[in-house]
Amino acid sequence: MANSHQLKRVDFIFRNENDWERVLSNTIKKKPQELINELISSELKGRGGAGFPTGLKWKLTSEAPDGQKYVICNADEGEPGTFKDREILSKVPYKVLTAMAVCGYVAGANQGYIYLRGEYKFLKPELEKAIDEFEYYCKEINLDFKITIFMGSGAYICGEETALMESMEGKRGEPRNKPPFPSQAGYLGKPTVINNVETLVHTFTIFKYGSKKFYDLGVQYSRGTKLFSVSGDTPKPGIYELELGMSLQDFVYEFGDGDTKAVQVGGASGFLVPRKKFKDAAIGFKGKLTGISLPTGGSMMLFNSSRSMFNVLDNYLEFFREESCGQCTPCRVGCQQLLLGIKAVKRGDKPASYLEKLLRLTETMQYTAKCGLGQSVANSFSSIVENFREEMIY
Amino acid sequence: MSKKINLTINGFPVEIETGKTILEAAEKQGIKIPTLCYHKDLCVAGNCRVCVVEVAGQKRLSAACATPCEEGMEILTNSLKVRNSRKHIIELLLTEHNADCTKCYRNGNCELQTLASEYKIMTQDFIELVPLKKYSIDAYSPSIMKDDSKCIRCQRCVRTCAELQGVNALTVAHKGDEMKITTFFEKHMRDVVCTNCGQCVNHCPTGALVEKNYIEEVWEAIADPKKHVVVQTAPAVRVGLGEELGLQAGSRVTGQMVAALKRLGFDSVLDTDFTADLTIMEEGTELLTRLKKALVDKDDSVELPMATSCSPGWIKYIEHMYPEHLGNLSTCKSPQQMFGALVKTYYAKARNLEPDSIVSVSIMPCTAKKFEAFRPEMYDSGYRDVDYVLTTRELAILIKQAGLDFDKLQPVKFDRLMGESSGAAVIFGATGGVMEAALRTAYEIVTGREVPFENLNITPVRGMEGIREATIKIEDPVEDWAFLDGVELKCAVAHGLINAKTVMDEVKSGKADYHFIEFMACPGGCLGGGGQPIPTNPEIRQKRAEAIYAEDGALSIRKSHENPEVLKLYKDFLKKPLGEVSHHLLHTKYTKRERY
Ligand code: SF4
Ligand code: SF4
Ligand code: SF4
Ligand code: FES
Repeated sequence: MANSHQLKRVDFIFRNENDWERVLSNTIKKKPQELINELISSELKGRGGAGFPTGLKWKLTSEAPDGQKYVICNADEGEPGTFKDREILSKVPYKVLTAMAVCGYVAGANQGYIYLRGEYKFLKPELEKAIDEFEYYCKEINLDFKITIFMGSGAYICGEETALMESMEGKRGEPRNKPPFPSQAGYLGKPTVINNVETLVHTFTIFKYGSKKFYDLGVQYSRGTKLFSVSGDTPKPGIYELELGMSLQDFVYEFGDGDTKAVQVGGASGFLVPRKKFKDAAIGFKGKLTGISLPTGGSMMLFNSSRSMFNVLDNYLEFFREESCGQCTPCRVGCQQLLLGIKAVKRGDKPASYLEKLLRLTETMQYTAKCGLGQSVANSFSSIVENFREEMIY
Repeated sequence: MSKKINLTINGFPVEIETGKTILEAAEKQGIKIPTLCYHKDLCVAGNCRVCVVEVAGQKRLSAACATPCEEGMEILTNSLKVRNSRKHIIELLLTEHNADCTKCYRNGNCELQTLASEYKIMTQDFIELVPLKKYSIDAYSPSIMKDDSKCIRCQRCVRTCAELQGVNALTVAHKGDEMKITTFFEKHMRDVVCTNCGQCVNHCPTGALVEKNYIEEVWEAIADPKKHVVVQTAPAVRVGLGEELGLQAGSRVTGQMVAALKRLGFDSVLDTDFTADLTIMEEGTELLTRLKKALVDKDDSVELPMATSCSPGWIKYIEHMYPEHLGNLSTCKSPQQMFGALVKTYYAKARNLEPDSIVSVSIMPCTAKKFEAFRPEMYDSGYRDVDYVLTTRELAILIKQAGLDFDKLQPVKFDRLMGESSGAAVIFGATGGVMEAALRTAYEIVTGREVPFENLNITPVRGMEGIREATIKIEDPVEDWAFLDGVELKCAVAHGLINAKTVMDEVKSGKADYHFIEFMACPGGCLGGGGQPIPTNPEIRQKRAEAIYAEDGALSIRKSHENPEVLKLYKDFLKKPLGEVSHHLLHTKYTKRERY
């Protein structure tokens, strides 16, 4: 199969590389354009959810008119059951810092921020030490780049990049209208590159080993590796770096408990894949692959046959109802309606056909919600309701 | 130099300047796209999502209010996908909304109701959420009622309070299904920095924020044969009332308004303009006295610049935000309160009435005036000086309830004694008007000549610019004011509290060298007041302003110090400006308040 391959564990991200100084000083000897090309040819896509090509992101900001610009590392990891950012920041922080500085060099920014999830406050002292050491080195090689940690407020929605910037500006964490995009007007209205933790670490790999090494991993549209947080009914929960493009069948073979009935790929905003579709589903970004989902946050949650899919959906909807920022109508009210709606069907207060009305509602949410959160509720809702309709009713 | 771009809307070509939104392009084509969170006075929020439209090639719909036009866009404003989504959104809003329209104060003038009616939402398939919510009503403020069950969370009020007023009394709290509009620490509006300006009321699309109304109280007073009910009407009401009764913005309805008030049964229909002229006499004299103390006596305890004090929203604002500057305020009461104090003294005596048989009602473009009438200082007549304050909107309700065909009423004049108005008093209703009125009088007192502007129109202080400045050089004064020879009187005008803030920050830092500043809490001055007809927007306010200046131009008396009834008042009762009686009845003190 050209479009998927055997599951393969890889070790790039956590590999301890004690030569970050050399990587940094060598990398910034190259021209920004060269580095952008390197990233573009690696086909690295953002690991935060939307899968936007990272090289293009950097390029757009570098092309924005000169003046104050910013680099932000999004470490507001809020997806239930995932903690890969935490692992990266505690095990290989210097890779993140190096990547941020390179990004600053490319984009023309001398100030970086790490937006750290409120619950990760305990990481701050160590991280600050690392930043001190890092900034000291930057000074030595005459690289003007500073990094500041910004503590998040604990709202899931602040992981959305424009809500995050609002929150950094001291405002309520509500997603902004786009356009303008952060590359034109981001933090404080200045051009800003915002990448999540894992994406930055991949750029380190690319700058150190070259884009080919990265490109050779994975499949078309989904190059390289990705961290996955494996949880649920599995004998080996944990964080794994896997080559993109594996089939879900293989994944379940490796991580399942022998009785897996479905896997939720990509967390609450991802899709549920039922057993009968495992072999057609490959894990990567949208593209030619069949039955694919975006690996938001890299969460992979396995469910065995003892699980009620109604409860699973109920939990997700509960989560969305609370974590919606509440500003836009389709998301705020839509989530309440979906949650109450499935309960009403289950109780028999609404006929089974009400599920179709709710499915149409999720379509409206997908078309009209202001940000990715509200737009993606449809994913888990429709994949669960369509595949496990019986469980919703009886 | 702005470039044009071309696109199509529903298949028809449109040419528009770059930077315009889809909503603006559609408006240009005469296509109305429904909106709720959008308001011409405010920044774009893009949160209600009813304005979504389809852009060819995109799966997701775009919010027309928040999406800039791009070259070659093909936009559909009424495709099936758009309609279905829009209908869903309206239905969703209605499930959270206590759609008890027949019992709602905004029944008949509610943007949500209009939309629901346009889209013929006849059934309720989704689950009713209202019974599951713990909505509350805040009715403790004397000015404003807030009913969360009517709120659609468009945040227009929050943006109004922040962007137009810089007060930030209202904020968004919580997230998800619990997200709501509230105040700091969720206190009652009465207990926060709210200035009662009512701009949030004027900008709310629904019945979630409304004025506290005193309609029944006034009907009862009118019906009570033992009561003598006096009514005063503020300058801006006469250029707003018509809108509420089906006329075009900018209609001047002074005479019909008086006729209507008489038919409603008020015993005496008088004019706040009369005390606006009186304010000029008192405030003008106060300014000149302060200048004299500062320039001749070199008394450095004199607080300059002197700030006007007729806008109660502004008064409460400065009390909270710049309590150290209360000494800069003129001690003059607002015209409403001067009127109230005189009604139960001067008027009662002249008409041979017991003051406690008088019910004093005022019709104001303002919700802050309701609060003002409640202030403990406002009992100088020995009674409550003003008993009930109604907004322009409430007056329209009285007129409708009484079944008056407003259009057919023959214009009538105000009653005498306190019913005469100069043009200077009328322009109190527009931003810059108090300044202009004061200059017309003060300049003439000082120099013995009229202000050196054609037709007495001091155009530099007119207009809608947020902050305006003017300098008038005093030359060749009469003997008493010789010390002012050559002095350049520096004046500034600010309207909308966000602009007041800018000016006050300069005053605070000592950068401002003005002598006299006019502050009005509301955009456009009283004509854009929180009690004026809804909707409001820059064009409407412009029309009302034009009407005000036309009214001024049409009056034979244009200067406050020539108002014969004011002169008579001084002769028979007050004796002289800033005299003892004035001091007792017409001047007041201010209260320091906290910010939180
Ligand atoms: S989709 Fe949800 S989270 Fe996003 S802006 Fe709308 S209410 Fe907020
Ligand atoms: S009345 Fe004025 S100050 Fe008070 S909340 Fe409304 S807009 Fe803000
Ligand atoms: S109170 Fe009115 S203006 Fe404010 S959010 Fe609610 S509906 Fe909108
Ligand atoms: S009017 Fe455009 S989103 Fe509300």
